[in-house]
Amino acid sequence: MVGIVIVSHSQKLAEGVAEISKMMAANAPIAAAGGLEDGELGTSYEKICAAVEEVYSADGVIILMDMGSAVMTTEMVLEDLDKPNVKMIDCPLVEGAVLAAVESAGGRSLEEISERMEESRTMKKIAD
Amino acid sequence: MINTKNFLEIISAIAKKIEAEKDFLTELDNEIGDGDHGINLARGFKSVEEKLPTLADKDIGAILKGVGMQLVSTVGGASGPLYGTAFMKAGNVCKGKTELTDEEFVAALDAAINGIKMRGKAVEGEKTMLDALCPAYKVPKDGIDGGKNLIDALTDAVDAAVDGVEYTKTIIATKGRASYLKERSLGHQDPGATSSLYMLQTTLEVLREA
Repeated sequence: MVGIVIVSHSQKLAEGVAEISKMMAANAPIAAAGGLEDGELGTSYEKICAAVEEVYSADGVIILMDMGSAVMTTEMVLEDLDKPNVKMIDCPLVEGAVLAAVESAGGRSLEEISERMEESRTMKKIAD
Repeated sequence: MINTKNFLEIISAIAKKIEAEKDFLTELDNEIGDGDHGINLARGFKSVEEKLPTLADKDIGAILKGVGMQLVSTVGGASGPLYGTAFMKAGNVCKGKTELTDEEFVAALDAAINGIKMRGKAVEGEKTMLDALCPAYKVPKDGIDGGKNLIDALTDAVDAAVDGVEYTKTIIATKGRASYLKERSLGHQDPGATSSLYMLQTTLEVLREA
């Protein structure tokens, strides 16, 4: 199964998004990398590395970020890691994470999941 | 020539300057950001200062790279990956060197600024660090190419960065957290441009004394 990492400035937010995603896909490997080491708001290079390692397998890892330093710090982790099967996806955090979890638990590949997550950018919460 | 010892002094002086200005930077960031710029940078540079003794016998490239990596690991906000990348990229162009000529120093500054542009996917005029740094690169580059010494060229650079920080008050943020405020970011000076100015000012002060 493809691993999923949630990167956020907030430990609570990262853990909450992981929690919601697991509601529909209890088996999906999801790790939260939120806040700094001491729980303060911010993004931690080390926490992101540890979360990727936690859910890494040959199937790969998908990373979702909230904003700003979460995106830039994840980018730096990926550059240092230099593994083609670890990808960051630009999509809404909650919708994207739920989709990723469902698809990962359903045994989809990294490419298939990435494509579905790109679609989540245009998903509407309120129908026209 | 700028040697390893000068760089260690510059880094240490920057750490002290950031600590001294921590509250002011945070205050600026409270106005148009998430209010953590001073706290984050001070935390980062405090840990850089603690790491400096382990870098003391290294070349300039390794010192700058070490500083950058420490900032990435400890800052926690956007300035971590941004300044972290800047120091690491500057380190790349000084690899193995224990002395820099004026031209090499300016080339390192250029690499640092390009690192910030790359990491932040930003350009001048978006109310960021780059509004202090880009003018501060162009001026000494032209100065040194025209035969000025580094101290005079850097003095001009600091003046240009001061103007750059002033300029950030007149523009709407289109990058970073302040961009969420749109026109309400007008009239406020950018915290990132301000911390960049402090770094340049401190560099100049240390080199003047050297």
